[in-house]
Amino acid sequence: MELLSGGEMIARALEDEGVEYIFGYPGGAVLHIYDALFKDCKVPHILVRHEQAATHAADGYARATGKPGVVLVTSGPGATNAITGIATAYMDSIPMVVLAGQVQSHLIGEDAFQETDTVGISRPIVKHSFMVKRTEDLPIMIKKAFHIAASGRPGPVVIDIPKDLTRPDAKYEYHYPETVKMRSYAPAQRGHTGQIKKAAKLLLAAKRPIIYAGGGVLLGDASEQLTQLAKRLNYPVTKTLMGLGAYPGSDRQCLGMLGMHGFYEANMAMHNSDCILAIGARFDDRVTNTVEKFCPGAKVIHIDIDPASISKIIIADVPIVGPVQPVLTELLAQISLLREKDNSLPDQSALDLWWQQIEEWRAAQGLFTGRRYGESDMIMPQQVIQSLYRATKGDAFITSDVGQHQMFAAQYYPFDKPRRWINSGGLGTMGFGLPAAMGVKLAFPDMDVACVTGEGSIQMNIQELSTCTQYNSAIKIINLRNNNLGMVTQWQDMQYEGRYAMSTYEDSLPDFVKLVEAYGHVGMQVTKLADLDDAMDEAFAMKDKLVFLDVIIDPNEHVYPMHIAPNGSMKDMWLSKNERT
Amino acid sequence: MRRIISMLMENEPGALSRVVGLFSQRGYNIETLNVAPTDDPTLSRLTLTTADSDLRIEQLTKQLNKLVDVVKLADLTEGAHIERDMMLIKVRAAGVARHEVKRTTDIFRGQIVDVGPEVYTIQIIGTSEKLDAFVAAMSDVDILEVVRSGVAGISRGEKVLSL
Ligand SMILES: Cc1ncc(C[n+]2csc(CCOP(=O)(O)OP(=O)(O)O)c2C)c(N)n1
Ligand SMILES: [Mg+2]
Repeated sequence: MELLSGGEMIARALEDEGVEYIFGYPGGAVLHIYDALFKDCKVPHILVRHEQAATHAADGYARATGKPGVVLVTSGPGATNAITGIATAYMDSIPMVVLAGQVQSHLIGEDAFQETDTVGISRPIVKHSFMVKRTEDLPIMIKKAFHIAASGRPGPVVIDIPKDLTRPDAKYEYHYPETVKMRSYAPAQRGHTGQIKKAAKLLLAAKRPIIYAGGGVLLGDASEQLTQLAKRLNYPVTKTLMGLGAYPGSDRQCLGMLGMHGFYEANMAMHNSDCILAIGARFDDRVTNTVEKFCPGAKVIHIDIDPASISKIIIADVPIVGPVQPVLTELLAQISLLREKDNSLPDQSALDLWWQQIEEWRAAQGLFTGRRYGESDMIMPQQVIQSLYRATKGDAFITSDVGQHQMFAAQYYPFDKPRRWINSGGLGTMGFGLPAAMGVKLAFPDMDVACVTGEGSIQMNIQELSTCTQYNSAIKIINLRNNNLGMVTQWQDMQYEGRYAMSTYEDSLPDFVKLVEAYGHVGMQVTKLADLDDAMDEAFAMKDKLVFLDVIIDPNEHVYPMHIAPNGSMKDMWLSKNERT
Repeated sequence: MRRIISMLMENEPGALSRVVGLFSQRGYNIETLNVAPTDDPTLSRLTLTTADSDLRIEQLTKQLNKLVDVVKLADLTEGAHIERDMMLIKVRAAGVARHEVKRTTDIFRGQIVDVGPEVYTIQIIGTSEKLDAFVAAMSDVDILEVVRSGVAGISRGEKVLSL
């Protein structure tokens, strides 16, 4: 067997694991590892400009590909800078392996230079973590980390590695295991057949059914099965912010996103339904509005790989623990069996009525958005997203930051394919979009990758423009520039009589066009609607350039619909500044 | 309702902090906590008591089960079980009180495990309730120190929590 140092083991294990990219930043505690990477490692390393960006880039890569993103940071500030990105991945169940350097074993606990308790700090925001005690354990720990990160309900795993364990002169036998078995970790492999039968019965008995699909459908690669199910039954589908793309957004049966800024028809259909099939979704407070008033007439079937997600917020009538893909496959089979026995199921006339009602709601929603366009001669944010959709033929990877622009992107870019919409849904991390786009672009260099952002969010990780220069990352950045922290001012308009407490920048914004040019990229500003489409086309025509499109939009626009809170139900929404349900 | 949750945990660094951290992270209270090695050196047994609604306890046990270091878990209060808490209590035992303390200790089937000219250290084993009752019975006595092990528990009959 081959003898390797700890640093070499890490380099080799990442190769053996089939890792495509390492996103990282060097420092004292990881220099042995970096030297090993430099000398002999086939996995390219992407040098970011801030460790937070390394985690978001790895996260973007993971969301787009389904494979764990890999991060390498040094101890102390390197690890703490990575924390926001780890939390972001944790909240959205994204597979990630973070290798963090640590001070030498004998210094641990002595407040040594650049020492932080990385395992402790990250504990509540990781799926699991390892503290390496012996160099020989590195391969098995790395294998376990990848296994845990990617299986079951995915999530980030941290490996804390004291510097002395990676010394070049201490060599040990290296063997990278093909598989691992852990007695304390065995995620469900399939659903309970009895429960699936019950679910099939309940679904077929429904008169006003709705399928509520979340990010778990994407994580579990079950879009195809979901689509089959919806098509076979002609049931409507709504998706969470995390589930966009799980079912084709431009399909007739798709009611769009639900929740706080969900589509009118989606929220109305949820509230009035008599049977909700929740798949890989977790009844987040941004979906349910007031829990006590949630969908009063609905029976709930809930499929999730994580038993703790089921009946956490809303009690499930039929809980099914298991990976969504095999569960849906079995559910489809059970439905076929039941319909062979009784082909009158489901009740077609009830379903026709239900669709009629839904179409009425859908028509009403169209009105609300359409009318607002006429009110101002400025570019409306929704129009920017529509122009982006047109220019990319609906086929781009869209990453997003957090704010109004994120909601407009989610509402006005109907994603037809899984894993195309890349956003921080659970943690809502401003600064996610740009580094995430870098990660996506590395995974899919020939695809259009655009980051929809705001002038607030983009400045949270704007230093990554330099990383993009280094690696020729030809992403497009669409800055929906309303010159304020729009989502904050919207709430201040609605709840604080328009007192914009620290949500504007006065005259402090940079000239974004000059700024990106200073990094070697292309910047363009658009102020008139008439120029928007041309500018968008021009940006996407520059295949090998990063283009920053600074689009000046109406600063007063709000995101609608918006759930009325507190004490509102799914159906209680503001539809514009002065209309409500 | 009060619950006794017992689990087998990998004897790994950080395992305990994950369990304890989960409680504060998700807004649960730990009333007592007891951790010690088992006959298998790779496993430790952790028993804790907490009180909450059935729904919240169900969520808690699911979350605990999800921790990679937790190998197996049981809510002992779901079935017949035995629970024991141990207390060492040091009281001022001088003059007339000295006799009184000895008598009460006997009634509670406790033992005086250390004797000083003016103090007794008493060991009492039983349910948490019994220990509470003993402390209440000592209300006229000057209590100097109380140490309790926290509840350890085991199911009755054939039922075992093992691999
Ligand atoms: C790191 C972080 N800090 C604060 C917030 C709270 N927050 C949510 S949206 C928002 C405003 C975002 O402004 P901008 O990026 O310009 O987007 P807009 O809403 O104007 O489209 C803020 C401050 C957050 N989500 N993330
Ligand atoms: Mg803004």
